[in-house]
Amino acid sequence: MKNTRNLKDIIFKNLIKLLTNISILVLIGIFLSLIIKSAPILKEKSIIEILFSTKWQPFKKEFGLWTFIISTFYVTIFSLIISVPLCILSSVYLSEYCNKRIKIFFLSIIDILAGIPSVIYGIWGVIIIVPLIKNQIAPFFNASSNGYSLLAGAIVLSVMIFPIIIQITVQVMENVPRELREASIAIGATKWETIKFVVLKKAQPGIIASIIIATSRALGETIAVLMVVGNVIKIPKSVFDPAYPLPALIANNYGEMMSIPLYESAIMLSALILLIIVLAFNVLARIILIRIERKS
Amino acid sequence: MEQKSHIEAKKLNVYYGNNHVLKNINLQIPDKKITAIIGPSGCGKTTLLKSFNRMIDIFDEVKVTGEVLFDNENIYKKNIELTHVRKKMGLLLQRPFPLPMSIFDNVAYGPKIHGLKSKKKIRELVEFYLKETSLWNEVKDKLQAPATSLSIGQQQRLCLARGLAVEPEVILGDEPTSALDPIATRKIEEKFHQLKKDYTIVIVTHILRQAKRLADYVIFMYLGELIEAGPADKIFNEPEKELTKEYIKGLIS
Repeated sequence: MKNTRNLKDIIFKNLIKLLTNISILVLIGIFLSLIIKSAPILKEKSIIEILFSTKWQPFKKEFGLWTFIISTFYVTIFSLIISVPLCILSSVYLSEYCNKRIKIFFLSIIDILAGIPSVIYGIWGVIIIVPLIKNQIAPFFNASSNGYSLLAGAIVLSVMIFPIIIQITVQVMENVPRELREASIAIGATKWETIKFVVLKKAQPGIIASIIIATSRALGETIAVLMVVGNVIKIPKSVFDPAYPLPALIANNYGEMMSIPLYESAIMLSALILLIIVLAFNVLARIILIRIERKS
Repeated sequence: MEQKSHIEAKKLNVYYGNNHVLKNINLQIPDKKITAIIGPSGCGKTTLLKSFNRMIDIFDEVKVTGEVLFDNENIYKKNIELTHVRKKMGLLLQRPFPLPMSIFDNVAYGPKIHGLKSKKKIRELVEFYLKETSLWNEVKDKLQAPATSLSIGQQQRLCLARGLAVEPEVILGDEPTSALDPIATRKIEEKFHQLKKDYTIVIVTHILRQAKRLADYVIFMYLGELIEAGPADKIFNEPEKELTKEYIKGLIS
């Protein structure tokens, strides 16, 4: 009796251990297959050349990825420029000013935002944001644009990363001890001074981590961006120019023109680069979160 | 009676939702004395203390009726300049909560907020109040270090310096030594003894011996009511009310 119980214990323990390890194996597997698949192109060209060349002419065996890499960063950075200030101010309102009922209401709406499939954001971008840029925003700045642009991608993306930043920021702000606010207010500081000098300062590492997590999400977001960003292989000179980020390159081209030599390998390499960029950001976020936990 | 008093409560009632926490409190706090508010936990001591500088109604849904007069001005009236009221009263909490900045900036925080610009003056103030709280010698070489690097006892004295730096008239302490070891406690108590010649001090404590060591005047609270208030000698030696007697004997807690 006792033995079978012990046996079950051991079996169960090893089973869940195995299942957990499989999830790690998946990541390693993805990595390995991407490396193997991108090996052919790396044999013919140096990685530096591929990374920093802007020539993308598959028929001439030119696979420069710089345009796509820089587009990825541009779209991500502009989406952060739009969303970070808005998100932090909204979080301040939700965590410090509004009453509980309004807060719960807003946070559940934001939860829903987080759950909307990205293709719907893409469609919203196509029918609202793209015409808005074409007819209103670009003419306002004396620029001409068909609307499918870096700016459209950044706006759509910024709405998509809203929930991540707001949810985490509200949480870290609420974790700032109430007594710390009391201490500041008791000295005669106003509420805003207290928020500015004490609450935001204390919450700063957590806010930074939320921005990094949002960044890694933005870097990898594919379909919604692809639908509005224009997909022209040229480094954008203004926010009204079209761009062509890495995820869009992969999604648009994989499976087509595979007969061209090295084409598949080039696409795989760009997937590998994207994966490395996103992983690097995730690791960075982890490190920062661990530091925060250690401090508090 | 005596000379005018800084703090006076008149028919003060405080409700947390449906909870009637303070019931019809009338009292006067004597100036430049140490007043101890004693009573079993949950009796409203802290609420009473924090009602003096309106720290009770900043977070929760709290209803207050009656008046707290500070220099004869009701601080619960509308349109009052609360930052000024609070500036005149330093608050020490149960545990030290240094602000997330350097030792220097913790002390400089109040003066800066209230508009002091001169770097030289700020430096003088910081030094003066760190000396006033006997911290200067311990921290003078690491003023830019984060305040959290200090020991708990030092942090509490830093919080005292931070409160004093805005030149209050009153010091409010909410069990200010409850997180401290005996030595750090003694240092804070010594400070209070020195400070009472310049400041009116009100502390909440659940340690009777501390009240006996410190207090000139004692307020005994029980279940939200003020049971008895008077000079420390009288409350500790010949209390009038039965409840006070029992509490001082240690029968109720």
